[in-house]
Formats: sequence, C-alpha cells, structure tokens
Amino acid sequence: MSEVIKKSLVNDELVDAFRKNSSVIFEQTPDFINKLRDANFNEFEKVGLPTKKNETYKYTDIESAFFGAYKRQYSPQPLTIDIREVFTCDVPELENHLMLVNGWFYDKENKLKVLPNGAIIGSLIEATKKFPEIVEKHYGKYIIEQNDSLSMLNMSFAQDGLFVYVPKGVVIEKPIQLINLIVATEELMVQPHNLIIAEEDSSVSVVICDHSLNPHAFLLNSTTEVMAGKNSKLEIYRQQNAHDHSVQLTNTFILQKESSYVNSVYITLHGGTVRNNLYVKLSETHAQNKSYGLWLADKNQHIDNNTFIHHAAPNCESNQLYKGILDNASTGIFSGRILVDRLAQKTIAFQSNKNLLMTNDAKTRSKPQLEIYADDVKCSHGSATGQLDEDAMFYLRQRGISKKEACHLLMLAFADDVINKISVAPLRDEITGLVEKRLRGELSRCNRCKVNCG
Amino acid sequence: MLSIRNLKASINGKPILKGINLEVKAGEVHAIMGPNGSGKSTLASVLAGREIFEVTGGEVILEGKNLLEMSPEDRARLGVFLGFQYPIEIPGVSMVNFMKTAVNEIRKYRGLPLLSSSDFLKMMREKKEMVEIDSQLTNRSVNEGFSGGEKKKNEIFQMAMLEPKLAILDETDSGLDIDALRIVANGVNKLKRPDNATIVITHYQRLLDYIVPDVIHVLYNGQIVKTAGKELALELEEKGYDWIKKEYAV
Repeated sequence: MSEVIKKSLVNDELVDAFRKNSSVIFEQTPDFINKLRDANFNEFEKVGLPTKKNETYKYTDIESAFFGAYKRQYSPQPLTIDIREVFTCDVPELENHLMLVNGWFYDKENKLKVLPNGAIIGSLIEATKKFPEIVEKHYGKYIIEQNDSLSMLNMSFAQDGLFVYVPKGVVIEKPIQLINLIVATEELMVQPHNLIIAEEDSSVSVVICDHSLNPHAFLLNSTTEVMAGKNSKLEIYRQQNAHDHSVQLTNTFILQKESSYVNSVYITLHGGTVRNNLYVKLSETHAQNKSYGLWLADKNQHIDNNTFIHHAAPNCESNQLYKGILDNASTGIFSGRILVDRLAQKTIAFQSNKNLLMTNDAKTRSKPQLEIYADDVKCSHGSATGQLDEDAMFYLRQRGISKKEACHLLMLAFADDVINKISVAPLRDEITGLVEKRLRGELSRCNRCKVNCG
Repeated sequence: MLSIRNLKASINGKPILKGINLEVKAGEVHAIMGPNGSGKSTLASVLAGREIFEVTGGEVILEGKNLLEMSPEDRARLGVFLGFQYPIEIPGVSMVNFMKTAVNEIRKYRGLPLLSSSDFLKMMREKKEMVEIDSQLTNRSVNEGFSGGEKKKNEIFQMAMLEPKLAILDETDSGLDIDALRIVANGVNKLKRPDNATIVITHYQRLLDYIVPDVIHVLYNGQIVKTAGKELALELEEKGYDWIKKEYAV
C-alpha cells in the first residue's frame, strides 16, 4: 500500500468512525459540548491530520503514527481486573490518586468530589451533569492555537477527562494526581480532555502520569486546557512513561491572567512516538510562566516537544528549559517559539534547549524562534547539542569510577536541572529514581505492578 | 614502588616526554620542578591515563603492575591519585554521591566490603576535619562555584577519602594564598605514610617550605635533567631556571 493511500485512509477512517458512532458519542455529553464537537469535527474533516508539510509538524509523521488497527471505546467498557489492585502509586503526599482508565473515570462513588472548600475534582462527564454552568463557561475556551488539528480531533471524540475547579481564594495544599492508565487487550486510541480552572487568588498543583499496563500499541491524543486566574498559582507536572509501541500526543493550552504564575514540567521517560505541544498565552500584565521539559530516548524512539509562548500583555515573564538525552538511534526534536506582541513592553522571555547525544546515530533537531514586535524587551534563546564532557569523564574515572558509571552520573547531572524544577519533593525524588533507572536501561516502572506483561 | 623507565609520550604527533626515568620508593616525597612547557603536567596526565596523550615508548610499573596497560579507573583503583591543576566543575553531581561512588568502586576492586551510608558519612566527617575543609563544600555539586582555593582543598579532601598509594599533585599550589597553601600542605603531610608516596609537581619553591621533599627532580624539555636533595629548590629559587636551560640547551 502506498504512503499516500495509507494516509488518506487514516483520515477517512477517523471521519467514518465519528459518523458511525456519533449517536453514542453525543448522548453522553450535553449540547454545549456537542456543539463544539460538531464544529471541531467539521473543521477536522476539512484539514485532516497534520502533515509534514505543516511547518510545526515537519519532523514528526503524525499520519503514520495514526496508522494502526486502533479500536475506540465510545462508552466505558467493563474492566476485567480491579485497577486499584494492580496499580498503586507509592508517592506520598499526592492527593487521592484519581484514575482515568482508557479515558474513563470508573470509580463509582468518587467520580466527582466536592471538597469542603468548594473545589471540584474528578470526572469531566460527571461535572457536565452536576455543574454544567461551570464547565460550559470554560470548556473549549482556551484552545489558543485554533488551527491544531490534533486538538480538533480530540474535541470531536473527547468524552471524559480530568476536571479540576478551584474557586476564588482556595488553596489546595496537596497535589492532585491523575493516573492516566491504558489497560487493554487490544490496540486502543484514547482521547481524553482535561480542564483545569484556577480562579482568582487560588493555588493548586496537578500531576498527570501517563502509564500503560500492557505492551499493546496505543495512541493517546490528549488535550488539556488550563485557565490561571488573576494572582493564581499553578503547578502542572506530566510524566509520560509507556513503551516503544505507544503514540503519545499531548496538547496543553494555558491561558494566564494578571499576575498568575504557572510552572509546568514535562518528563518523558519512555514512549515510542511522542509529540507534546504546549501553548501558553500571557494575556494580562505581570503573568509569569515557567515551562520545562526533559526527554529520554533510546532505540528508535521519537520524541518531539513543541512550545509556543505568546506574550500578549506587558510586564510578563517566561522562562523555558528543555533538555533531551538521546541514545542509540533515537530522535529528539525541540521547537520553541516566543511571540512578543507590540503591546507587550517590558517582556522578559528566555528559552534554552540542550541535547546530549550518546551515539553517532542519535539525532536531534532544535529550532528556537523569537518573534518580537515590542521595542523594550529582554529576550534570549539558545540551543546547544553535544556529547558528554571529556574532561568531566576523565575526572570521574581518575577517582576510580568506571566509564559506564561516569557516563551515568553525567547523564543524571544533565537531567538534574529540569527535575529540580519539580517543587513537590516526594514527586521530585520519585522522578529522580525513575530517570536513574531509565538511564541504566532498567525497566522504570513506578508502581507495584502485579500484571505480568513483560 | 613506582618505576618509570624511558617513558615517551606525544600529543598530536608532537613529542612531549622524551625518555623519563624515575624511581620512587614507598614513604618518599618527590618534587618535580621545571620551567613552563617542560612536560610536568603531561607526565602527571600520562601516569593517570589521560587518553589524549599517546605513549610512544617506555614503561611505568607500580607495585609490579604495568600502569600503561590499564584504564584510568583501574589505575585509580590500584592507588594512583591525580590532584588536578584545574579541577573540573561538574554541576548536578553531588560531592556526596561522587565520593560514595568512588570510595565504593575502589573498595570493590580491592575486595573490601562496601561502606554503608552511615559509615561513609562518618568517614567524610573525619576526613573533612583532618584536611580542614569547610563542611558546606561537600553539600554542593562537584567543584561547582568553588573558589580556586576551595577547589584545591577539595582535591586534598578527595585524596584523604581515597587513600592512594601514589598521589601526584599537579601544581596544587598554583593560585593559593598563604593560608590555603598551608592547609593544602598540612593535608598532604598528614596523609603521608610509610606505605605511600607522593609526587609534587610545582613551579615554585614556596610549596616546598611546607611539604619537604626527599628528592627534587628538574624536568626540562621532556627529560629529567637534574636530581638532587631538597637544597636544589633553594638554588632554583635564587637562580631561576635559566642556568638549567643553558646547561641542557639542545
């Protein structure tokens, strides 16, 4: 089959699947969501999946990534195993380990919790039923980059996902953790939609962990919308830990209001094909954004991180640090764009990308971009790719440390300044441990997994 | 203990060491002096196994083992310690993790049981006191943001931790003020034992006021041209290296 036919088939298949199953898809969500669903689907049908002709997808073949015998679940399917039995997270201090299994909330009694302080945490579908006015006000409103067809596709199919609503002035001390688990006996395509709303003067940390419990291929096309209200403080962590046959596509849209602070850290431990899009809009003055990413790849893995930070108001600050360690014949890509509007005077914006190549076959592409229309700003960007420092290697070996161990210490050191941006200490320790294991080539499972899936 | 015979080495095809002969016995301190560019640091690097230098002839035997056939880490495990002229900053690698890994790799090689964390920390405390190093330094990344003096003190601290048989201190005195120099020299003197040896490479006589060598060698143009007792240092201090250069001009 030629590539062209394959690719048109992929788009046709998605369109057909939507049409055939639309009654099931539509019946579970209210009209305001379904209207957006229709609009996004119509748009998706016109443009299709991003192609390599699209400048921002130049190095990642999304259409090929979709080519697979993926099944979709249009309603929650009965689980054959007790999920709480097989997967538990040991990290202390993380609040209540919410769990999204194959894109659905299963916990019957606890699908949606309303905390005494008024915060609402849990299933998005459930929230559309119990708090329709809140969801309607925010759902789909923060898709900043309107022409990304992966988010259109997500908005067409998405049903459940994580919903977090933190009312004005509420501070949630313990981080909220969502475990996004794929457990399937067949190849699955899962498209959850997360919505995180932090109202004025509120504070919350959200940890999203993407895991799989068996070695089947899957495709995750996840969209997360975040609204950071005036003076709010948000921490968003995402840990991607799957396997070589996984396709993990994430779109994260963050809208920041006046004096809000958002710190986001993406750690890609393991994935077959990964594409992370981060869109941040600093829409009002004095907003502060920090975005960090670390990816570890070996074999033929392909990890692509794409950021777009839009300074749309004066006196805002953004800082980005993205680092990749690439072993064997893996590929890492970083493309970052900072856009400073003419009005956005006194902008401070920094961006840095560093890559470590462990072999001659590993590849990296780096594309830092600055686009400035204001005349009183402080911006810089930089990119550096190299190998391990020979002098440091010799220094460590001269103290009796083997070449392999010295390599390992230096790789960990390279990763360290991204991991350090995680301000939740137990999570930071856990991630450090996982990165260490991953760099040693050990299986870096972070759960007490009882499923023996090899 | 250490026997260097007709050692020749070059970098990018350019000969630097042109037949070095040196015998060091256990319990001795040797100083190697000489003008800039004579090959002092190259000798230290070649002994430690730096791969950018190509050994083109000769042999180096430490306690019956041919060092030149060994990797840098195996030489270190056998007991070769190089105090670097310019210690490397390694951000992100903590001093504690670095030293614990090093100590245990060396212990493993020597067939000794690995140290537990508490034993290791106890050892660190003792050695820090012994070499008078600020205890805060070991809470940081290796040499990161250390002053010149702190870096050199840190080299001596590592030497105390690793208890080498043969320590080679490459211009450890350079860039030190008098107090730091005294601390570094005291450290070296305290670590001196009948079963180990030290080679001190220095440009100036100043260090030798504090570390008294048994033998002084003058290295010039890739060869040891003069060997004498400690009084040679004073003569060099007074007359400089010009008379040596004249005497041994090629």
